[in-house]
Amino acid sequence: MNLMMLLEMASSGFGDRTAVGSQGRGLTYEQLFQRAGATAMRFREAGVDRVSMVDVSSEALPIALFGSAWAGVPFVPLNYRLTVPELRHLAAEVAPSVTVCNDDALAAIGDLDGVRAVVRPDFLAQWAEGSAPDSDWNVDPEEIAILLYTSGTTGAPKAAVLRHRHLVSYIIGSVEFMGAAEDEATLVSVPPYHVASMAAILSSVYAGRRIVQLPNFYPADWVNLVRAEGVTHAMVVPTMLARIVDHLEDIGGGLPSLRALSYGGGKMPAPVIARALDVLPEANFVNAYGLTETSSTVAVLGPEEHREAHRSDDPAVRARLGSAGRPLPAIEVDIRDEEGNPVATGTSGEIWVRGEQVSGEYLGRNSRVTPDGWFPTNDGGSLDADGYLYVEGRIDDIIVRGGENISPGEIEDVLLSHPSVADAAAVGVPDEQWGEAVAAVVVAAKGQTVDIADLQEFVKSQMRSSRTPDCIELRDELPYNETGKLLRRILREELAESR
Amino acid sequence: MDLKPGSRLKSSVCDTELIVVKAPSGDVDITCGGAPMADPADAERNGEVAAGSADGTALGKRYVNEDESLEVLCTKPGDGSLALGDTALSLKEAKPLPASD
Repeated sequence: MNLMMLLEMASSGFGDRTAVGSQGRGLTYEQLFQRAGATAMRFREAGVDRVSMVDVSSEALPIALFGSAWAGVPFVPLNYRLTVPELRHLAAEVAPSVTVCNDDALAAIGDLDGVRAVVRPDFLAQWAEGSAPDSDWNVDPEEIAILLYTSGTTGAPKAAVLRHRHLVSYIIGSVEFMGAAEDEATLVSVPPYHVASMAAILSSVYAGRRIVQLPNFYPADWVNLVRAEGVTHAMVVPTMLARIVDHLEDIGGGLPSLRALSYGGGKMPAPVIARALDVLPEANFVNAYGLTETSSTVAVLGPEEHREAHRSDDPAVRARLGSAGRPLPAIEVDIRDEEGNPVATGTSGEIWVRGEQVSGEYLGRNSRVTPDGWFPTNDGGSLDADGYLYVEGRIDDIIVRGGENISPGEIEDVLLSHPSVADAAAVGVPDEQWGEAVAAVVVAAKGQTVDIADLQEFVKSQMRSSRTPDCIELRDELPYNETGKLLRRILREELAESR
Repeated sequence: MDLKPGSRLKSSVCDTELIVVKAPSGDVDITCGGAPMADPADAERNGEVAAGSADGTALGKRYVNEDESLEVLCTKPGDGSLALGDTALSLKEAKPLPASD
């Protein structure tokens, strides 16, 4: 089992279809296959242990990904926004490597021992040119396909291990081979080092859906690209969607080609999704929940479920709009308590998952997967009676105030339901009396002013007093990393200092 | 023959190639076009597709036995049809999911 098998099938069955780039002008599956093969032979000749990339998305990304799989070395996309010392540290850890990079990265890591840095134009002209050899790829499903450094919002980055079997199981279990119509195109705007970017390449190749890449996310560029390329599918993280909706409300006109918009990678504020449904009435919305360690998606809330929840008068059905939907057919989900015992339906606990696509393994560390295959995600959540999964966020982020566990998400949902609030975060800060106190930060909605005292009263009217924030601060924006993850650690530190 | 997830199999009577997704332990008697399948490195074209085993395989389709302990994915289509022992493998129904990444 090897990722190359997915591309080989696409190339042998539908070789003339455009795989990446503009319709008719981009790389076809056959061309992508040939370039992957040519690249693989050069990777093998270079005799390195890994192929890494420090660059934005381009056609070099799928070529290097499949070329690595063919050559039998792990592919390691690194965050090109890291500081020079951070990047040098990771690049040295990944060496000996061929690293496809941009000019800045070349300057930052080009001198490191064991790092053969190649800038993208040279990679495309010299490494990726030529045709595929007869030589086959290794079919051992245990080989490592991709190493992905997790975002490290809580500590030092660690490399999640995704083996060929995890990724191939995910794709053949959730994607119908060549299930996409020939006019379909998906817009990938997350950076290469995000699991959704890797998964998008694999699932699009297998589905026969053309990949359109946006190297740097700006809402106007995203909207222009959807219109210019007739994009039918896209995946965005919550911060992207909020900015896209802002932009579309300003310029008008909608996105008639867009049939399916999936969102994930963080908690989506309900007001954002409601506004998105208004500006994109024709689009099917899909909410996906997954982790790097699970080869991307493990649960989805599909378009019909969005509509049903939106239309329903039953509060339990309506609430599903805030859920991550139901587990994929090949995935089992369990909610367990701190001792690892299953809890009753509707009760919060830790989300555990099991399935062929679940890795739960980090390079150089003990696997967190139990002998019978269950992976504790460190996400809190609950399952309702119909099997819908509600994700509450990282367990580490839970606020413990006077012995009471408070999920920041609950407080944030209430704050966000106030019309003057565009964005909100709640964190625990050290407190002499309670151990931790609840502190919140809010961002005002466009054209609105936030009255803090009024907002406090509003929250008090909706929640138990122990959960009402002890203080609320107003800011221009919240700290997010570039893939839309809220940096709670930074907020905690800043708020603890300011108290 | 013993099969492992990831094993490749080639038909000896048509162009069919498979990859094993799931396999029971022990000896698995999988045939294509009425003839035993083999590792692509060892497979030699030998004979014709048997009448009654000529429904063909389709690229990208998955085939399973009755209890789904054996599952294979067709990576190259051919004229023969697949069987485990005397029982034909059946096409696994696709449950397409909404695109999520």
